[in-house]
Amino acid sequence: MSEHATVAVDTTAPLADVVPVRGPRWYAGRDATMVYILLAFLAYAALSIPRFASPVTTGFLLLDVVPTLLIAMPMTLIIVTGEIDLSVASIAGLSSAVLGVAWASGTGIWVSIFLALGAGLLAGIFNGVLVAYVGLPSLAVTIGTLALFRGLALVVIGDNAVANFPNEITALASAKLGTSGIPLVILPVVFVVLVFGLVLHHTAFGRGLYAMGYSKDAAHFVGINVGNSKFWLYVASGLVSAAAGVFWTLRYTSARSDNASGLELTVIAAVLLGGVSIFGGKGSIPGVLAGVLLIGSLNYALRLGRVSDVVLVTVTGLLLIASVIAPSVSAAVGRWRHSQRLRRHLARDQGAEPG
Amino acid sequence: MSTQATQTRPGPSGASRLGALLRLRELPVTVALVALVIVTAAVNPLFLSPQGMKDLMLNATIMMLLAAGQTMVIVTRNIDLSVGSILGLVAFGTGSIFAAVPTMPIWLVLLVGVGFGALLGSLNGLLTVWAKVPSLVITLGTLYVFRGVNNGWAGPRQFFAGDRPEAFGNLSVDTLLGVPIITVLALAVVIVLAVYLAGARSGRDLYAIGSDPEAARLFGINTSTRVFTAFLVNGALAGLAGVLYASRFNAVGATTGSGLELDVVAAAVVGGVAIFGGSGTVIGAAIGAILLNTITSSLTALRVDKFWQQAIVGVLIITAILIDRLASLRHAKHLREREGRNV
Repeated sequence: MSEHATVAVDTTAPLADVVPVRGPRWYAGRDATMVYILLAFLAYAALSIPRFASPVTTGFLLLDVVPTLLIAMPMTLIIVTGEIDLSVASIAGLSSAVLGVAWASGTGIWVSIFLALGAGLLAGIFNGVLVAYVGLPSLAVTIGTLALFRGLALVVIGDNAVANFPNEITALASAKLGTSGIPLVILPVVFVVLVFGLVLHHTAFGRGLYAMGYSKDAAHFVGINVGNSKFWLYVASGLVSAAAGVFWTLRYTSARSDNASGLELTVIAAVLLGGVSIFGGKGSIPGVLAGVLLIGSLNYALRLGRVSDVVLVTVTGLLLIASVIAPSVSAAVGRWRHSQRLRRHLARDQGAEPG
Repeated sequence: MSTQATQTRPGPSGASRLGALLRLRELPVTVALVALVIVTAAVNPLFLSPQGMKDLMLNATIMMLLAAGQTMVIVTRNIDLSVGSILGLVAFGTGSIFAAVPTMPIWLVLLVGVGFGALLGSLNGLLTVWAKVPSLVITLGTLYVFRGVNNGWAGPRQFFAGDRPEAFGNLSVDTLLGVPIITVLALAVVIVLAVYLAGARSGRDLYAIGSDPEAARLFGINTSTRVFTAFLVNGALAGLAGVLYASRFNAVGATTGSGLELDVVAAAVVGGVAIFGGSGTVIGAAIGAILLNTITSSLTALRVDKFWQQAIVGVLIITAILIDRLASLRHAKHLREREGRNV
């Protein structure tokens, strides 16, 4: 613990200041920086972009980020353990297809939603067994299941689209809380975020995930059940992705096999932007939350500013690259300044010697 | 220990040659491809007609090039997710060149396309090597950046086959001994790359880096230069694929090549390229690409519901990884037993 603390904190400070790390260190860390950037951006947008600070904005912005935000939660935990899940968008597509076909064949809407979530659960179990118990590399497995689940979605629904969902249900998906503009659906989303945040940051299971991210063998030796932990993460990922698929279907009132396609890379970009290390072992839910909201509000602001939609992806990409090379750049600048200082120091000493 | 093991390995007797053949990483994918072609041809003889063969080759050409380039990067324990965007940019660039200067010689356009791709690839390489950030993240970023540039450049514009000289389009119509010209070109590139990776010192270095980057560095391999080169070559191949794409397909626009990246990685994995580097060959990846493309055609020829195709591709990828895992477990057990006997 103290070893990590000394890495992040100025080493010249007396140790007594370093020990109670939890509060102060967080405010100077990578995750907090993301939160500051998000707040600064929101303040700037509210002041300088007309119509940004309005209930309409809140509504659309939040509705737009719901799928990404939901899937980003289990994705954060999975990446913290050093694994990855590329099949999430395909699971969302599969659950959308199941929901559509079940509803179209006369099943009740709630049962249909239940079936859709069940499909996601099974998909998650499939991933989990292959990664956790068979021991295959998750990057390769989930590229495979990315194709498999999307393929199953096609098998289920073909190239049809189901759109005649009951009005009261689709209205629920975009209903607002009073006049605040905050969508009703945010309540369950906040609940999901809280659950994943608590699990990651305040349980032994969560601490174990960080340990696994640093070293699987070491985690195994201190008594963490690496296989089971990974298995449950993939199951959770399947279930949450299916929920995102259900939301997607109801919000756009359309169940199609290609719903949410390509979303996996958006989610991963947001998670990495939020400060989670792709090597595992680092990252936090607040940081990811800020990352997702930053991408969402930036896109929304640019759209309001009449920047064309197509340039938006560039912004996502640049943000992602900047966020990962920033530490390297600052380290390089630090090294350069250090050597400059050293050189000046030496020059002074040498200048002093003859005199 | 291991050096001794290699020294005492028996000479290439008949039995061990067969053993070596059975251990080839390309074997499962080759068997799958041959079986698929035989079964399909038995059910539907039209599948192997000259026209059918030509279509098969044309469809696989672009994926083959991309998979070969990707293999070079994956072998070094990296990955390049931006190839679809590179292909899109170069394909649209090709369209723009012909729209502006219709008389441009084709070889020059090929050269410009390859150069453009190499430039984009070297950007990936530079960022990965210099910032010491995992290439998965960097190339995920450049995937979006390159796509955004393509979007901004193309807007709603598209170039169609009619905008390009006929000779250029004929590259994917004319054949040499029954093989389309662009396929001949792609095959030549794949073979050159395969020979380089198998034989050249710097090619072998890539495997060393992928097996253990730290050990490779200690051994004196300039890992930064090698990894940078791998990205550059991969970009160049994606550029070539982009030019050929413009020859093969009717329209190029803002979304050309989007979503290709994971298919490419899948083709390499099916072809026996280990996702964490160190093993796999360009030939295997190329066969993987052919297999994935052939499945689509052969399922159509077998009158399998077209909606099952993608699911079958997924099953295939997972099977390939499973086979690889089983083989490596057996190999590890084999090595352990031999070590035990030697002691």
